[in-house]
Amino acid sequence: MKVLVAVKRVVDYNVKVRVKADNSGVDLANVKMSMNPFCEIAVEEAVRLKEKGVASEIVVVSIGPTAAQEQLRTALALGADRAVLVESADELNSLAVAKLLKAVVDKEQPQLVILGKQAIDSDNNQTGQMLGALTGYAQGTFASKVEVSGDKVNVTREIDGGLQTVALNLPAIVTTDLRLNEPRYASLPNIMKAKKKPLEVVTPDALGVATSSTLKTLKVEAPAARSAGIKVKSVAELVEKLKNEAKVI
Amino acid sequence: MTILVIAEHNNAVLAAATLNTVAAAKAIGGDIHVLVAGAGCAAIGEAAAKIEGVSKVLVADDAAYANQLPENVAPLVADLAKQYSHVLAAATTNGKNFLPRVAAQLDVDQISEIIAVESPDTFKRPIYAGNAIATVQSSAPVKVITVRTTGFDAVNAEGGSAAIEQITGPGDAGKSAFVGEELAKSDRPELAGAKIVVSGGRGMQNGDNFKYLYSLADKLGAAVGASRAAVDAGFVPNDMQVGQTGKIVAPQLYIAVGISGAIQHLAGMKDSKVIVAINKDEEAPIFQVADYGLVGDLFEIVPELERLV
Repeated sequence: MKVLVAVKRVVDYNVKVRVKADNSGVDLANVKMSMNPFCEIAVEEAVRLKEKGVASEIVVVSIGPTAAQEQLRTALALGADRAVLVESADELNSLAVAKLLKAVVDKEQPQLVILGKQAIDSDNNQTGQMLGALTGYAQGTFASKVEVSGDKVNVTREIDGGLQTVALNLPAIVTTDLRLNEPRYASLPNIMKAKKKPLEVVTPDALGVATSSTLKTLKVEAPAARSAGIKVKSVAELVEKLKNEAKVI
Repeated sequence: MTILVIAEHNNAVLAAATLNTVAAAKAIGGDIHVLVAGAGCAAIGEAAAKIEGVSKVLVADDAAYANQLPENVAPLVADLAKQYSHVLAAATTNGKNFLPRVAAQLDVDQISEIIAVESPDTFKRPIYAGNAIATVQSSAPVKVITVRTTGFDAVNAEGGSAAIEQITGPGDAGKSAFVGEELAKSDRPELAGAKIVVSGGRGMQNGDNFKYLYSLADKLGAAVGASRAAVDAGFVPNDMQVGQTGKIVAPQLYIAVGISGAIQHLAGMKDSKVIVAINKDEEAPIFQVADYGLVGDLFEIVPELERLV
């Protein structure tokens, strides 16, 4: 079966971001960018499904600026077969992304769509679920185990109290949690081979999707800073402070 | 303006997160209705009717809603939502699961994990693992919102006397089925709502050593959490993880033991009132957010702490 994987280019997870002085957003100039960690897990899962003989083709798609081609090449080096970039310079909200992905799903007709559960920049945790609604497919979010059997996929999900398993009819949508797998590194020969793999570029207009949004970001601020604390010398002093100064125990 | 709050429950108990969500609805202002979708959930409906500030409770009792499968619940909520100005759910794994599906069915953007209400159409929410706070304004006809429960003080669970109305929904969409679940059992308070949280990281060295934290937590009436390092190393189950991708907590007291304080962990606990760090590395980033830091061997400090509190 064909598997579609969506990946996003985001600020590297180790970067401590700074809010711009004019409160218009976060300063992304000259900041290291990477593939969103949850998307890496999605790519890895698709590659493993191919290695098991379950998946026959992996198409990786990203929606973003021209530079997102780097993340698509990374995914190709990890084992995806071909890539699609829906090029958009604007920062898009989850609903617009889901609509664009729906257009790609209509064209590619995958049996399984794998996404990360959330992007570490916007922290929305929406796109996979929205794609589920738009396509009418079942969804297995926050997956820590994915097993395809026949025309169904069993997904074990991370929920607040523990784990839950659901059986979904294919085609279906899965969003990955961190514990689904350990992504591999791309080897140099594979990085070289990935340069020759097909990468198609389309625009939202060509897909016939309007990307307007009902949401407007008015400002972005730094969170309130915590005032510096003190170091205590002994456990007795700590307990004394907690009881009498902070009054929390 | 009428607001629909989706109740969080397990068909037996109404989750406390519902009370925080109602508090966010109160901050928006207007009539508040609560939807209880489940199977055999009459008692939940009665509990929801007692919540302070709620004027009506809708109960959709159907086997299709037993496990809140989003394929079944989202069409029910989307149908109702058209009569409301706002639809709110707690940003629990359940709320995060079905609500974006509702938003897409209504063709509106969703606002995730709000921590403050500025006005009925303007909200604050954290982005970049809590390292920036965005103020967003929505012009959508129905505002679909998940609420970070630690951002709002719970309303009273008693004192209300809302009318209860039985409703029926579209039922089973026939796309998915519940297979089973494995829930972690614990007598300690629930992590997300606990007043005191004791968390362990990689410094605990193994799962067995978490007994020191359990023992301290029991003395304090605290919940026990963990960093991603402790979960990945298999010391404890993942539902104990505190952080950007785990649970968000904001207790009165957070005691971080053997946790370095990576950005992703801080995202889940830095709104705690008082933070205590116990770590042998005095350069650990956790000390930059800790109100009280103690540098030393946790295996000596934790038992002594338990003795003295």
